[in-house]
Amino acid sequence: MSTDYHKMWAELGLDLKMHDALLNVLGEGYQQTFLTQKNRPEGMQYFDFVMSEVHGLRIKELRDAQAEGRVVVGSFCVFVPEELILAVDGISVGLCTGAEFGFDLAEKYLPRNTCSLIKSAFGFNLSKVCPYMESADMIVGENTCDGKKKSYEEFGKLVKNLYMMDLPQTKSASGKALLKAEYQRFQKALEELSGKKITVENLKKGIEIVNNKRKAIHRLAKLRAADPAPISGLDALLINQIYFYDNPVRFTESVNKTCDELEERISKKEGVFPPDAPRLLVSGCPMAVPNWKLPTIIEQSGAVIVGEESCVGERGTRNETVIEGNSVEELLDNIIERYFQIDCAIFTPNPDRKDHLIEMAEKYKADGVVHYSLQFCQPYDIESHNVEKELEEAEIPVLNLVTDYSAEDMGQLSTRVEAFIERIKE
Amino acid sequence: MINVGLDIGSRTIKLVVFKDYEMIHQDVRKNSFDNKQITEELLAGIPYDHLTATGYGRHLFDNTPNCSIISEIKAFALGVHSVFPHCRTILDIGGQDTKAISLDARGRMKKFVMNDKCAAGTGRFLEIMANALNYSLSEFGEAAFQADRAEKINNMCTVFAESEVISLLSKGADRSEVARGIHESIVSRAFSQLQKIGLEDDIVFVGGVAFNPAVKKILQDVCRKKILTPDNPQIIGALGCVLYARSQEREN
Repeated sequence: MSTDYHKMWAELGLDLKMHDALLNVLGEGYQQTFLTQKNRPEGMQYFDFVMSEVHGLRIKELRDAQAEGRVVVGSFCVFVPEELILAVDGISVGLCTGAEFGFDLAEKYLPRNTCSLIKSAFGFNLSKVCPYMESADMIVGENTCDGKKKSYEEFGKLVKNLYMMDLPQTKSASGKALLKAEYQRFQKALEELSGKKITVENLKKGIEIVNNKRKAIHRLAKLRAADPAPISGLDALLINQIYFYDNPVRFTESVNKTCDELEERISKKEGVFPPDAPRLLVSGCPMAVPNWKLPTIIEQSGAVIVGEESCVGERGTRNETVIEGNSVEELLDNIIERYFQIDCAIFTPNPDRKDHLIEMAEKYKADGVVHYSLQFCQPYDIESHNVEKELEEAEIPVLNLVTDYSAEDMGQLSTRVEAFIERIKE
Repeated sequence: MINVGLDIGSRTIKLVVFKDYEMIHQDVRKNSFDNKQITEELLAGIPYDHLTATGYGRHLFDNTPNCSIISEIKAFALGVHSVFPHCRTILDIGGQDTKAISLDARGRMKKFVMNDKCAAGTGRFLEIMANALNYSLSEFGEAAFQADRAEKINNMCTVFAESEVISLLSKGADRSEVARGIHESIVSRAFSQLQKIGLEDDIVFVGGVAFNPAVKKILQDVCRKKILTPDNPQIIGALGCVLYARSQEREN
């Protein structure tokens, strides 16, 4: 970071010592993970810059916007519709949940056997190191898995502005009605918070911005089907992670610019990995910044990741929202239509997910799937059994891994990943 | 052509040396904090043409001329298939890991599972328990083999299991029956891994723990299947390394 932001962080109430420690670890991790990669697209310089300023310039932008009367809404889940937040001229940001930080503090509130993602949200909050959490005018929690919905009861005691969104658990008519009722309630809450009414006009604008962002991400996803892969899985994951933080219009432009460059690479048959490198999909729990452990191990073992079946990835970005409609309710129905298709493992049953995986494997010419569950994440861990069975029956090899945010199992994970790559090469 | 296979495990390092198709030398040494030095000692005076390494220390040979690296799962798949061509299921219990691997009819690996994060149900667990019971490793397996019944050991955690054993002994439990209980607990752990990959004949048990007669016998009882073991189950990974190098030569 070029500017000294300590004053701003102090104003936000961050613990400066802890925060400096976090930034140091992040900076080193980033250097080793991303900047040592060979032959990266030039377009990645923008995303490197965003990451280097993720706690600096971007937070300043949020604060400047707040000074102009705009609201910042933080969330943890892809079911929170960004279209509505943009309609009230608000800013949507993902909150920090990707590192083993402050777990000792988190365990004061949570059982040890809680997944890393939940513990991390508590850890970041209790250590006072997440400027997004401290900046947010509203934090949206959601009833997804049991771990999350029960832990929000505790989390609500730690923050003053937690808004809870209920979510369906089945893809039924009543489930859809629940989602509609919840999105209507969320619409009102946003209108109250911002003092702005949602209209056909501003909602259409919100839909358009998010659709464009998704279109750019879909374009990037398609280009990864090329052999050799024009961009590493790590860099593509990074773009998918930054999706949650950056200004959406600027982000869309930067992704499209990078895609132009990737198209040129593809026409010259240039890639980041040799053409014979095994191609893998990663599927399962979301990977929030800076959770780069598994993708790093996979790509350092010589395979290239060509797609993420994840909330930070294709599950979260699949499908656009239909923009035609003459009333706010019609547009809201379109939004519900789009979000209700998300195949999160909290739904039961959830057959679309394995269909999507088979489709992705074909589309991106993947040789296998690494299924990633966080330890103690029951929805994905339990679902992995059937996903593995159905994929293997479709002759797509699967490696099923359960891990967390700690570095202690890196050796064991490498052994499994290397063996899986050997299996694919046989 | 001198081909060396080296399996750098957590507790021991295993070496096999082949001159063309004949094994001319093998060695097993205890590992220490300095596996590089032990490896160098083992290799001293062996003018090899090619070396293939596996095991948790395999990356010592990253970017080394005339060396290749394979995972221990692949090494065991190749090694076992060469000794038992009909093998479809492998159980390997080594110093710190337990692996179950399923093979297809051509000996290619299909599915594998490994123990997570801790030493429960591994060779190291047996070593610590033998020590707690004041047995040597060979006496330990033999005592468990001879015992008529078992004291149930409930703790999977090595540290807690050790205190459980001590408390059983202080209550007057028979030492060999406690030994039997420890062996049963290891087998139940391994059995649950085997269940995950499916128990298809022939089943081959390898790794240092396959020397233990009680584990093999209890495993046969629990699986209700015949379990095969090679003469030297400890060097199968190193043997797999040599086979890998040979298959690469054929390809080139």
